[in-house]
Amino acid sequence: MGHFRRSRLFLMAVRFAPWLAMALLIVPVAGGLAGVIGPAFGWLPALDGHTVSLTPWQALWRQPGLVDMISLSLVTALASTLGALILVILLLGALLETRAFRAIQRLLSPLLAVPHAAAAIGIGFLLTPSGLANRAMSPWLTGWSYPPDYLFPGDPWGASLILGLVAKEMPFLLLMSLAALPQCQAQSHHRLARMLGYAPLTAFLKGVLPNLYPLIRLPIYAVIAFASATVDVAMILGPSNPPTLAVSVIRWLNDPDLDRRFMASAAALTQLGVTVLALLFWWLGERLVVKLMSQTLTSGRRNHGDRLIGGLATGLTWFILGLLGMSLLGLMLWTLAGYWPFPEAWPWPLTIGNWMEAADTAWHSVIQTAVIGLASTAIAMTLAIGSLESEIQYHRRMRRRTQLILYLPLLVPPVAFLFGLVQLQAQLHIAPGWFAVILGHTLFVLPYVFLSLSESYRRLDSRWAQVAATLQASPGEVFRRIRLPLLTLPLLTAAAVGFAVSVGQYLPTLLLGAGRITTLTTEAVSLAGGGDRRLTAVYALLQLTLPAIGFSLAIGLPKLLLRNRRGLQPA
Amino acid sequence: MRMPPLFLLATLIVIDQASATPAPADWSAVEKQAEGQTVYWHAWGGDPRSNDYIEWVGERLAESHGIELVHVKVNDASNVVSRVLAEKSAGNTEDGAVDLIWINGENFAAMKTNDLLFGPFAERLPNFSLTRPDEHPEMRTDFTVPTEGYESPWGRAQLTFYHDSQRVDSPPRSLDALLDWAQHNPGRFSYPQVPNFLGTTFLKQALITLADDEEALYTPVEEADFDAITAPLWDYLDDLHPHLWREGRRFPDSGSAMQRLMGDGELALAFTFNPSAPAAAVADNQLPPSTRSYQLDGGTLGNVHFVAIPFNASHKAGAMVTANFLLSPEAQAHKQDISVWGDPTVLDTDALGDDAKGAFDDSQDIPGSLSSDQSANILAEPHPSWVDRLEEAWQARYGNR
Repeated sequence: MGHFRRSRLFLMAVRFAPWLAMALLIVPVAGGLAGVIGPAFGWLPALDGHTVSLTPWQALWRQPGLVDMISLSLVTALASTLGALILVILLLGALLETRAFRAIQRLLSPLLAVPHAAAAIGIGFLLTPSGLANRAMSPWLTGWSYPPDYLFPGDPWGASLILGLVAKEMPFLLLMSLAALPQCQAQSHHRLARMLGYAPLTAFLKGVLPNLYPLIRLPIYAVIAFASATVDVAMILGPSNPPTLAVSVIRWLNDPDLDRRFMASAAALTQLGVTVLALLFWWLGERLVVKLMSQTLTSGRRNHGDRLIGGLATGLTWFILGLLGMSLLGLMLWTLAGYWPFPEAWPWPLTIGNWMEAADTAWHSVIQTAVIGLASTAIAMTLAIGSLESEIQYHRRMRRRTQLILYLPLLVPPVAFLFGLVQLQAQLHIAPGWFAVILGHTLFVLPYVFLSLSESYRRLDSRWAQVAATLQASPGEVFRRIRLPLLTLPLLTAAAVGFAVSVGQYLPTLLLGAGRITTLTTEAVSLAGGGDRRLTAVYALLQLTLPAIGFSLAIGLPKLLLRNRRGLQPA
Repeated sequence: MRMPPLFLLATLIVIDQASATPAPADWSAVEKQAEGQTVYWHAWGGDPRSNDYIEWVGERLAESHGIELVHVKVNDASNVVSRVLAEKSAGNTEDGAVDLIWINGENFAAMKTNDLLFGPFAERLPNFSLTRPDEHPEMRTDFTVPTEGYESPWGRAQLTFYHDSQRVDSPPRSLDALLDWAQHNPGRFSYPQVPNFLGTTFLKQALITLADDEEALYTPVEEADFDAITAPLWDYLDDLHPHLWREGRRFPDSGSAMQRLMGDGELALAFTFNPSAPAAAVADNQLPPSTRSYQLDGGTLGNVHFVAIPFNASHKAGAMVTANFLLSPEAQAHKQDISVWGDPTVLDTDALGDDAKGAFDDSQDIPGSLSSDQSANILAEPHPSWVDRLEEAWQARYGNR
C-alpha cells in the first residue's frame, strides 16, 4: 500500500510542477513588462505621468544614432551566432572521433565555463593596444615603445564584440551539440554514411546534421536572443559611439533625469522588438538554407572539399582556443603583476599582493555566489524535470504557445523587464535580499536548464519505460530507476549550465538584491568599470573558476557513475 | 588592514571632543535609537581605497554605536535614485532599502525636486558646525542648489591634472596650451565619455574658461541663451577631438578607466577629481613612478560631495549617526590620510583644537602628490540644470559618430 501511496504522491507532485514553473516564469516577466509598458506610453503616476501618449516614442525616435544602435545589435547578434554555429558544425564534422577532437574537447571544457563578463574582460585585456598580444611583439618587431592608438576593442563595426561573442558562444553550442549527439544516434548514422563512402565532413553534414540541428535549435535561439540584448559583453567589447541598443537602454534607465525613464521604457520595448527581429531573420535564414540545400543533400556526392574546409575549421578553432587561452594567461599575469609598463611582456617582480588584498572580501563573494547558484539550480532542475516528467505521465506535450511562455525570460531581454520587476518587488513587499535574488536567478536559470534538458528528455526511447512497466514498475520507479540514470549526462550538463548561468547573472543580482548581495560577477563588473586591472583580473578568474568546477563535474561524474554503461558516457 | 599611527591619536581626539561639547538632548535620543540598527549605505564601489575606508567606518561604528554598516556598492548614484523612485511609485514610504547615499550634483537635485529625501537633518548633526558653514558656503550649496539640510557634507573634490613626467616635460597649464599640446602629441589625451561626471566636469571647466558670459552659468539654463554661450566650447572641442586618443571616436568610460590608460602608457596626460588620487595610484603600482600632478593656472572646478538619507529610509537614526561620524575629526583625518584614501576634508581645520588639527598634518612629499602651495583657485560648479543640456548637446554632436 505504501508503494501505491508513494506513487500517487509522485504523480501529484509531477502534475503540479508545470503550473509552478509557469507561474514562476510568467508572473515576474509579465509584471516586469507591465511595469515598462505603462511608462513607455507616458503612464507612471510616481513621476506625474497620468496620461497615455506617444511622447516617449517620439523622444526615442529623436535620439541620434538610434538606427545605428538597432542595426549594430542585429548585426552583432546574427553574425556572432552564425560564426559560432558554423565553427561548431565544421569542427564536429571534420574532427569528430579523431584524436585531435579529443584534445580540443579537453581544452574546451574548462573554457565552456568562463562567464561572459570574465571572457570579455580577458579578451579586452589581450587585444587592447597595450595588451599582451602587442607586448609580445614589442618593441622588437613593431618598434613600439608606447602602445599604438587604434580602435580595438570597441571598433564601430562591432568586430571585437562579435569576436568575443563567438569565442564565448562556440563552446556553449558545442557542449549543447555534444549532449544531443547520442540522442540522434549520430555515431551510427555517421558510421553508416562513412561506409557508404562519404568523406568525414560530408558524412556529418548530410547524415548527422539534419537530425542534430532540430535538437540544438532552441539553444541557438537563446544564443541569438542573448547576443542581441547583452549588456555586460557589449559594454566591455562593443563600440561606445553609438553602443548597442541594450547598453543605451541601461544608460537611459540610469539617467538621473527621471523624465528619461519614459523614453527608456519605450527603448526597452524596442529592444524586445530587436530581439524578435533577429530571431525572425534567423528563422527565414533557416528556411532559405533548407530550400537551397535539399538538392545537395540527396545528390549523392561523397566529398565537398572536405580536406580544405576541415583544415579551415581546425585552424579557426585553434585560433579561438588560442584567443581564450591567451586571455586566461593574461588575466593570471595581471593578478600577479606589480607596476607593469608597456612593452614589457612579463610582469616582474611577481607579487601575490593583489590576491592578499582581495582575499577578505572575495571569499565572502565566492560563498554568496555559490549558495545562490546552487539554490537556484536546484529549484530550476526540480521544476524542469517535474514539468518534463508530467508531459510523459499525462501524455500532454506542451503546446507551442505554452512553450513560448517557458522561454519568455530567454526571449524577453532582461533590460526590458527588470526595472518593472523592481517595482513589482516593492509592491509585493518582498524584501530585497537572498530570497528575491535566488528567485530572480531561478527565472533565468530555469529556461536554460529546460532548454538543455528538454530535447534529450523527450527523445528518450519510450520503449525502455514500457519494458519496465510490463515488469510491474510504478511510474515513480520508472522515473527513478530508468529515466534518471539514462539521462545522467544531460541532467548533469543541464545543472552545470544552470549553475554557470546563475554565476554569470549581473543585472538581476544587482537590482533584486538592491546591491546588498554581492556575487563575484557584480564585483567583477563594477571593478571592470574602475581602473584596477589587477583586482579586476582576480575577480574575473574567481568568477570563471566556480562554473569551471561545475562543468568538470558534469563531464567527470558520468565517467564515475556510469562506468558500467558505456553507451551513456560523454562522447 | 593597516592602522596608521594617527589612528590612536585620532581616537583620543574624538573622545576629548565628545566630552567637551555635550550633544543636544534629542541627539542622544537619536544615538540611542540608532543602536543595533543595520545601515545600508549605497555608495560608489569602483575604488578599492574608498571601499576600504568605508569598511573602516563600519568597524568604528560597530565599536562606538553598535551600528552594523553595510556598504552597498553601486556603479552610479543614479541607480540609487532609480531604486528610491521605484519604491515611491510602489507606495513604499516606510521601509525603503536605502538608508544613506553618497551623492551630489544633479543626482541630489533630482532627488530633492522629486521629494525623495528625508530632512532637513544635516544642521542637527553635532559635528556639522565643525565645517564652519558660515565661512564656507559650499557646505550648504551643491552645484548652486541650496542643500537646506537635506544632505551632509563628506568630502571635497577639485579637478587636478596629472602627467608622466618622463614623457611630458612641461604639461599644458591652460586650455589653449592643452589644444596646442594635443596637436603635438596626437592620441595621448582624452576625457571620459559624457555623461560620465568627470567627462561632464571637463566640459564645464572648458565652458567656464571659454564662455564670454560666465555669470549665466550660475543661473538656470532656461534663463540663458544656451547656443550662444556654448558656441566657443563646441568650436574648441571640434578643434581638439581629432587629436585625442582614438581620434575622439571613443572615450574612456570613467576617470578610473582613464587612469588605467595612463598606467598602460596609452595616455600621457589625464585628470582626476581627487587631488591625491595620482599619488595613491603610484603607491599602488597603478601609475608610473614618474607621475606628477598639477592644476590649471586660472583655477579648476571644485565641489563638495555629500551623504543624504532617502525619505523612506528604514534606519534614519543609524544613518544620521553615520553621517555625524563621517564629519568627526577622527573620520575626516583618516579619510584625508594619503595612505588610506586621500580625500580632502570638509572640516575647517583652523577652527579645530590643536590636537585635532595635528591629525590632519599629512606628509605630502609622496611621488605624484600635489603640494598645498601648488593648489589653484577653486571655480564653483555651474547650476545643475546646465549638466543635462550640456550632456545632451555633447551627445548630439559627438555621441554617435
